[in-house]
Amino acid sequence: MIERRDFLKGCLACGVTAATVSVASGKAMAAGSFEGYPDAMGVLVDLTRCVGCRSCEVACNNEQKLPEPDEAFDDMSVFKDKRRTTEKAYTVVNKYQVATEETLFRKIQCNHCTEPACLSSCFVNAYTKTKEGAVIYDASVCVGCRNCMIACPFNIPAYSYSSPINPLVKKCIFCYDTRVKDGKPPACVEICPQQVMTFGRRADLIKLGHDRIQANPAKYVDKLYGEKAVGGTSWMYLSSVDFDKVGMDGHIQNEPIISNVKDFLGFVPMVLTIWPALFTGVHLLATRNKGGHHDHEEGDHQ
Amino acid sequence: MKQFLTRNPGTQIIDSLRKDNDKGRPWTLMEKIFLGLNPQQYLSQAMSNPLNWIFAAILLVGVPFIIARFIFGLSWAVGDPYDNAWGLFLGFGLFGMVPLSSSGFQLGSAVEVFGRHDFEPIERLGILNGILGYFFAVIFLMCDLGQPWRLIYPMFVSWGPEAVLFLVAWHVATYLSVQAAETSTAFFEWMGWPAGKTFVKKMALGLAVSGIILSTLHQGALGALSTYAPGKIHPLWYSSSFQWLYFFVSSLPGGLCMVIVVSTIAVKTMGWRCDGTFKNSLSKLQIALAKGASMGLVTYLVIRLIGVAHDNKWAYLGTGWGAWWMFEIGFGVILSLLLLTAGIRNNSVTLVRMGAWTTIIGVVLNRLNVYMFTFNWQKGHVHIPPFREIMIAVTVYTIYIITYRAILYRWPILFKWKTRYSEYAVLEPTPVAIAEAEAAGSK
Repeated sequence: MIERRDFLKGCLACGVTAATVSVASGKAMAAGSFEGYPDAMGVLVDLTRCVGCRSCEVACNNEQKLPEPDEAFDDMSVFKDKRRTTEKAYTVVNKYQVATEETLFRKIQCNHCTEPACLSSCFVNAYTKTKEGAVIYDASVCVGCRNCMIACPFNIPAYSYSSPINPLVKKCIFCYDTRVKDGKPPACVEICPQQVMTFGRRADLIKLGHDRIQANPAKYVDKLYGEKAVGGTSWMYLSSVDFDKVGMDGHIQNEPIISNVKDFLGFVPMVLTIWPALFTGVHLLATRNKGGHHDHEEGDHQ
Repeated sequence: MKQFLTRNPGTQIIDSLRKDNDKGRPWTLMEKIFLGLNPQQYLSQAMSNPLNWIFAAILLVGVPFIIARFIFGLSWAVGDPYDNAWGLFLGFGLFGMVPLSSSGFQLGSAVEVFGRHDFEPIERLGILNGILGYFFAVIFLMCDLGQPWRLIYPMFVSWGPEAVLFLVAWHVATYLSVQAAETSTAFFEWMGWPAGKTFVKKMALGLAVSGIILSTLHQGALGALSTYAPGKIHPLWYSSSFQWLYFFVSSLPGGLCMVIVVSTIAVKTMGWRCDGTFKNSLSKLQIALAKGASMGLVTYLVIRLIGVAHDNKWAYLGTGWGAWWMFEIGFGVILSLLLLTAGIRNNSVTLVRMGAWTTIIGVVLNRLNVYMFTFNWQKGHVHIPPFREIMIAVTVYTIYIITYRAILYRWPILFKWKTRYSEYAVLEPTPVAIAEAEAAGSK
């Protein structure tokens, strides 16, 4: 009798746990192959056009009201190093010596993935992929675990580590609040004197990119970077050299990052449903001839 | 304390609710906290222990460091690691300590689910090792989070249920309460609240089974977290199919070996606190634990090799990282296996204890390799945490050891709480009271 009651209690305890956590897997499994919002916007970046004037960095700094940079925007010595995005700069331009006589510049910012790794790794749902294509961030719920920085395949999110009270993730949000929401191009695109960047519907940009490659196959490598990378990105790139030579991972996976995690997430509901019965069953089998599990009480009341 | 007891052999060590002399008067809470000594005696025995001076020195430097981290912000302690966002606090404190704390669910289920009551003398140590490891993993997490006061957000404010970390957060929180309930039996005995103990004992099976479920999933989830960063972790330490298995399976020997190590330290440094049952059964139990650990280790070794074969990563073994991988496996897994199995075969508890040490070092090294050392290996530099970060980690770990020792000194973990005169003082009078009543009656 006691055994049976304990058995039921065991099941109940496990059932509650299962109910609590099985929510965890549902949403992830549903994320099968999201093709992106139909009218999502994007930007096509033509690396061959960039001259490294850094005016996009200035425009971003003004638009997002970022602090003064450590080195002035007209200081071209910054090209000595390969920089990355920081809490003070949501976009940076780097210089790459791609051949003895040839250099290319590349602008780095959030690529606004179709299935963002930052979003799928965030346990408080601080990130949102808007229908306009921007990946935006809700600072009011961020706990500061920085899993998004671990997950981002492009190493984009930065963190204001120096703030003791309100440290936050700092990254490009596609000028969502001030521009893209209203259909206007982001500040960096608008200011560019070389028309390096083209703002438009992502679907149209894919076509435009391939048209440019086809029109000038000698100039471009036959790849539109971002069309497929990690499930597709809103920002896509054309280059005259292999993307590995301009600091991009040319062998990046085509599946979204969440697909790597699905093996494990798929296993979760199985454990939650099978383990309680399995182990309580094992208990009944293992202790059958020993008179149940209550014999350890004997020792206590000698 | 050991020295104090040799100098004062008459001291009564508290192992029940009532004193032996003084008419069986119950110990007061202050007496229980001071181990039955007066405060002066307690202080003098504490000061005569050189280890306490080392601890004091660490805390003197480290505690201001911890305070400064919260006043001046994370960058004061860890710098601005944009690329290696997770450092020592998580790499060691969370990912390293949680697998070494899997002992709670393993010993809990061995006794409660599988009916192996011969493990009872060490069950409570296993569970205590579990809860303390998890609790301090959360402390490490609090040091690392940008806004630790928002730690409850994934539970109550904003849900991100598709994230692996969401599962980890819920499971660790739930499992901490499960372990708190399991540990509470010792606390209830010590406080003299038998009703609480009886209540928890009724849930023992349910708690043990929840422990298995939660542990399978969150130990695995800690590995699955790294599958978000496929290109960043070195391929030898990464496998999208097996990563959660690597972490789960290695946590099993990790937890068991931690219990072997801790029980060895306990019996050597606080023998006065261990009762006869614990001391006499320890060698046998440690060898039994080693059997479990070696089965876990051999499984782990096979999975790690299958992982390399599955993605055909053999070529990496010829590189520098390959040599480091072979060291991790050679020292942490193969050497451990040899020591443990030789110890089991020759009934040598010394070999088993050495094997337990190499196992836990191997498990922690693996976690550091995944989340710190090989992270961003393609960038060609290894992330070494700054001094302040190391100092804070050492300090938190020191507080962990102090807490661990304080509980082992007091609660009935290493010894059985004696119920000589019964805990039910109201229902059953003490022998002295009975004698007095008889004397009064005969008048």
